[in-house]
Amino acid sequence: MTISVSQIVEFIVGDAQADRAVPPSGYTANLTTFSAAAMAFLAVFALALSLAAGRLADRWSDELARSSTLRISAPADQKETQTATALRVLETTPGVASARALTDAEQRALLEPWFGPDLPVDTLPIPQLIEIIEESVGYDAAGLRLRLTAEVPGAVLDDHTRWRRPLVKAASRLRVLGWLSLGLIGTAMAAMITLAAQAALSANAQVIAVLRQVGARDSYIARAFVRRFTLRGLTGAAVGTVAAMVAILLLPSAQGEGGFLTGLGFQGLHWFWPLLIPLLAAVVAFVATRTAAGRKLRELP
Amino acid sequence: MIELENVAYSYGGGELLSDISLKLSPGSFHFLTGPSGAGKTTFLKLCYGALLPTAGHVRLFNRDVRLMTRDDVALSRRRVGVVHQDCQFLDHLPLADNVALPLTVSGRSKLDEAADLRELLSWVGLKNRADALPPQLSGGERQRAALARAVIMSPDVVLADEPTGNIDWEMSQRLLQLLVELNKMGKTIMVATHDMNLIRAAKTQVQARVLRIANRRLHLAGADL
Repeated sequence: MTISVSQIVEFIVGDAQADRAVPPSGYTANLTTFSAAAMAFLAVFALALSLAAGRLADRWSDELARSSTLRISAPADQKETQTATALRVLETTPGVASARALTDAEQRALLEPWFGPDLPVDTLPIPQLIEIIEESVGYDAAGLRLRLTAEVPGAVLDDHTRWRRPLVKAASRLRVLGWLSLGLIGTAMAAMITLAAQAALSANAQVIAVLRQVGARDSYIARAFVRRFTLRGLTGAAVGTVAAMVAILLLPSAQGEGGFLTGLGFQGLHWFWPLLIPLLAAVVAFVATRTAAGRKLRELP
Repeated sequence: MIELENVAYSYGGGELLSDISLKLSPGSFHFLTGPSGAGKTTFLKLCYGALLPTAGHVRLFNRDVRLMTRDDVALSRRRVGVVHQDCQFLDHLPLADNVALPLTVSGRSKLDEAADLRELLSWVGLKNRADALPPQLSGGERQRAALARAVIMSPDVVLADEPTGNIDWEMSQRLLQLLVELNKMGKTIMVATHDMNLIRAAKTQVQARVLRIANRRLHLAGADL
């Protein structure tokens, strides 16, 4: 079955005379619109959560996978020599794009959240850190460890795998939960609209009887209800989506130290994704009402 | 047009109508009589496909109602105008819109048929009540409005169920006159009524067959009138 643009336009514009045949349903109409708005609002946040979690998972798995840290814990008089040796080893290791020793200032910055800004790094026995950037193919971590054990006894290689994996896994799960929430919201919306449509059909049983008496086909009767509930779903969802997008826009902007929560939102083209929610809501309302109307009209004598 | 062949209808375990055969030919006029509860309304509902027989066959315009879909039945209603006993209307719509409802549901614009609608309302004497809502109408006005609605699609058959049940004699005469006029236009008419005076009055104006439902069966009852 194909649906043309003209059919969609015809559906939206409707038939004023036919619409009048079914009496306005008062506050239940407003409840349907409100429910659609609330669901769309939640859906936008679920979408934002899912997209943010996805970004986080991608970033952690991508960026952290390509960096490692080499820690050199050696007596003060050997630290410089072992650092130089380690850098030399790294330079000749296939798969290592670059390696550099962190400066005192950088190491101080790393420790600042715990020890404050005036930590005398040079007087403390703090290990020297070397940042390793990998090539896309990566390096042989086991082989590198063996070489370092032989040439730099104080070196400990941390390729971040141990703590990266659970974080990526958690972020991926969060992304799945976001999509699951979207699915549940859609299902809940379909259930609510089905109930509202069934209530409206039951309340208008006499109207349906009269319409049938004068030769109205069930498709005609169903269309009057389907169009009404679809437009309510679309309108409510559009309002809810705009409200949620404004709320997300007003969230504090993402900052380096802000962590995950401040990164909850949309970036770039992702801002277009929520615009699909009202359309999806209209489709859900259309299908839910059409199914409910078909079932109810078959039940009615 | 409408043909019933050995039709029976059971309801709640009991047989209401049994072994009924009838053929409504074009342009005929029938009265259907019988005591209350005899099954006159059920008989009419069988005639326009609102009920399916439990035995036998009902054919609407040469099609067996059992083989008709809901849509087919709906479309056949445009060829069979029905005036119901309780005259149900859409209370939120003015009288003119209610009368024009068959046009609306068939996709024809009421505006295109406005002249015919005005003429029809004049014919039933409701021209000045076009904007009134159904609850504001008297019993007689409702019956005439129901008749106007039943004939607006120019159906081949008009079935009326106790159309004079709730109105006075003068208004009954007026309604009968309208039905006789329709019959003279070539429409097939069947009126279910228990009002013998109405039947006697009709027989002075039109050649009508009188049928009587008694003991679940249909009998020709013209001789005793």
